[in-house]
Amino acid sequence: MSLIETRGLTAFYGDFQALFGIDFAVEDGETVAIIGSNGAGKSTFLKTLSGLIATRAESVVFGGEAIGGMAASRIVGKGLALVPEGRRLFPSLSVEENLVIGGYSKRPGPWTLERIFKLFPILAERRSSPGTALSGGQQQMVAIGRALMSNPRLLLCDEISLGLAPVVIADIYAALPGIKAEGTSVVVVEQDIGQAMKVADRVYCFQEGRVSLSGRPGDLGRAEISAAYFGV
Amino acid sequence: MIGWIDTIIQGLLLGGLYALFAAGLSLTFGIMRLINIGHGDLIVLAGYLGIVATDALGLNPFWSLVFVVPAMAVLGYGLQRVVLNRTLGTDILPPLLVTFGLSIILQNLLMQLFSADSRGLNAGPFETASIALPGGLAVGVFPVLIFVTAIAVIGGLQLVFSRTSLGRAFRAASDDRVTAELMGIDNRHIYGLAMAIALAIVGIAGVYLAIRTSIDPTVGPSRLLYAFEAVIIGGLGSLWGTLAGGMILGLAQSIGFRLDPGWGILTGHMAFLAVLVFRPNGLFPKTRDR
Amino acid sequence: MSQSTARYSVERATRASRVGAVVLLVIVAAIVAMPWWAGRADIRTVTEFLYILALAQMWNLLAGYGGLLSVGQQAYVGLGAYSIVVLSLKLGLNVFLAVPLAGLVAALVAVPTAAIVFRLRGAYFAVGTWVVAEIYQLFVANTASLGGGSGLSITNAVRGIPAFWREALTLWFAAAIGIGALVLVYLLLRSRFGLALTAVRDSEPASESLGVNVRDIKWVVYLASAFGCGLVGALIAITKLRLSPDAAFSMDWSVIMFFVVVIGGIGTIEGPIVGALVYFALREFLDGFGSWYLIVLGLAAILVMLTSPKGLWGWFAAKYDIRFFPVQRRLVLGDEAKESAS
Repeated sequence: MSLIETRGLTAFYGDFQALFGIDFAVEDGETVAIIGSNGAGKSTFLKTLSGLIATRAESVVFGGEAIGGMAASRIVGKGLALVPEGRRLFPSLSVEENLVIGGYSKRPGPWTLERIFKLFPILAERRSSPGTALSGGQQQMVAIGRALMSNPRLLLCDEISLGLAPVVIADIYAALPGIKAEGTSVVVVEQDIGQAMKVADRVYCFQEGRVSLSGRPGDLGRAEISAAYFGV
Repeated sequence: MIGWIDTIIQGLLLGGLYALFAAGLSLTFGIMRLINIGHGDLIVLAGYLGIVATDALGLNPFWSLVFVVPAMAVLGYGLQRVVLNRTLGTDILPPLLVTFGLSIILQNLLMQLFSADSRGLNAGPFETASIALPGGLAVGVFPVLIFVTAIAVIGGLQLVFSRTSLGRAFRAASDDRVTAELMGIDNRHIYGLAMAIALAIVGIAGVYLAIRTSIDPTVGPSRLLYAFEAVIIGGLGSLWGTLAGGMILGLAQSIGFRLDPGWGILTGHMAFLAVLVFRPNGLFPKTRDR
Repeated sequence: MSQSTARYSVERATRASRVGAVVLLVIVAAIVAMPWWAGRADIRTVTEFLYILALAQMWNLLAGYGGLLSVGQQAYVGLGAYSIVVLSLKLGLNVFLAVPLAGLVAALVAVPTAAIVFRLRGAYFAVGTWVVAEIYQLFVANTASLGGGSGLSITNAVRGIPAFWREALTLWFAAAIGIGALVLVYLLLRSRFGLALTAVRDSEPASESLGVNVRDIKWVVYLASAFGCGLVGALIAITKLRLSPDAAFSMDWSVIMFFVVVIGGIGTIEGPIVGALVYFALREFLDGFGSWYLIVLGLAAILVMLTSPKGLWGWFAAKYDIRFFPVQRRLVLGDEAKESAS
């Protein structure tokens, strides 16, 4: 059984339909990338999985349980964490407090404050600064660390390289093996196709709210990907 | 001269009572951007609960706090979960209208239950006891107790905010309610707890008010205004600022009363307007959100 | 006719609106003739209904269309009422000539008031306007020549006017103000200004970027509403003949405006009429039960707000698609366009 599986998942913003029947799955320990152009529905999909957007209960099955439309605050406790687009650190909390509040759901597991500081040593030095006083890359590290503090079985990362310099992106992706080593499955949403192909075991391409292509990076041709990406 | 020093001391101590009125309002504004128009009527309700409890127990009115404070906290949690959470969103009309309706309902229910007659709590000789200060001055023991309570309450709130997991959750929900949900924070519950704490403080304020003066069902709205003015004068989102705001309001009223008994309330309101004109963000602002 | 206009037209009248206009005219005629066919008690009730309607319409304009949630309009009711004291009782002006001047006084005082309260937004604006209303009340209560806190009688100001004419004129003024407010808001909303107003309510930043001057619009709405409330205040003074700061500046005026508009339907012209009818019905029905009608009214307003935020009329209009006072422009497709669309 897959760790998470969606069948015919749909999502709406009011009357506007954003997702049209997404079939998607992640196995235990797998890293999956979702690529697609702006407005393809990638972020909407992650938000729906984490409970921020309503959907039918049975359209999302996580660890054998139907969680579609469940309150976001309950889904974290089941082991599914989202690193939201734009990092969204809490400005009135320090770096350390931002990390600690990630563990609010008190889910047991390997990740502790010390482990996060080992993963991103720079954060230990800045632990008492306000979260929003950090550089973009460091803020992204806090956002990832904060999500890890809930000891997720599945970590969803929304556009973690957006607006960051290439050397900083490399730093952040360097943490991925350490996270996978704990048996955590990862889903990354990426606009950078090259980056996605490098880290992912499997890739999904979204286009206009539908899955236009999926498969292993090695099996997919360049022309096939750009057709699925741009819809030409 | 002595008279003026006395006026200033009285005014600053009165600020303690206003800070107790205002602390809950400051808290609920800070966490969920909610202005509860019924806040003053809840203070009066707490006063009447204190009167009922004191009548039933036959003990010193301070003992009624043991009953009133938890009762108000439970009421706050229930009110938030059942009614007020449904009003929160981008439109400010629903929370305003609903709490306004609550205010009218409370006033008129109290009127039906207790009639329009003024009532109060009698704490015996303690109410009038005073401590002599050098220079022929004297301060009342009870006003000092109110002031010390205000400092303790605000200090306690500050500790909860900065040191506890609940405090972090309060701050997170205040910063960004959607991301707070992603941390596993159930905002509806957190907001309920915030209102429970706010009304627990209202419980203390109401009993103190009933001991200090007599109350009737119509005095709630002016208590809301004093609380609101203390919050705005002090600066939104700052708890110590709220205490300072209460003291400035108390001082302004007390000076006004000394000049002309009809002017006390008016000078308080004028001090509020002056702050609004010259320092629109209050004297000690923390958030700029209005 | 050019081809483009044949395909669609922008229509604003509806069948109901034409019926509405006729019904309104009949009602106006009946009200104007009331002194000759109705009893005194009925005339008083209709007078009160009309000024409550005017107050509600003023608050609706302010809050429902301008997005300014004031809880302090009683300031202008009180100022309008006390203007009668100064203009008629002290200066000897005929009370009915003084009514429009009272409106002007209220609007004049609203200028510096707005300069201060416009510094606050949202719920803070609401409580801020309330504080200002308290200040005006306290000023009046502290002025001995205006009767101080205990108030005064203004019977002397209407001496010499026969009771029949006093009541008739009061009714006609109330009709002019109540129905005038309705028509004014209607015309205002149908004008270019109305479009700008709706834009401001829906999104202030967005309408700023479209070149709508939000500040000007708020000023116009606020002053217009103060003027209307001042007129009503003056009229209330003439009806009651006895004034006190507590009653003239009473929070009850805001309570009535809030509840009538919200129950009837905020941001609709028909809403305040429906709300005022509900208010009068409840008050009559619960007559003799003290303040219970206020408790019931409060509960009703909360219930409406939580379940049907557009009020009774909003719910009704959406269900049956009926609008007596259509202010929105509707795009009506011509036959040709309908064919090509299908």
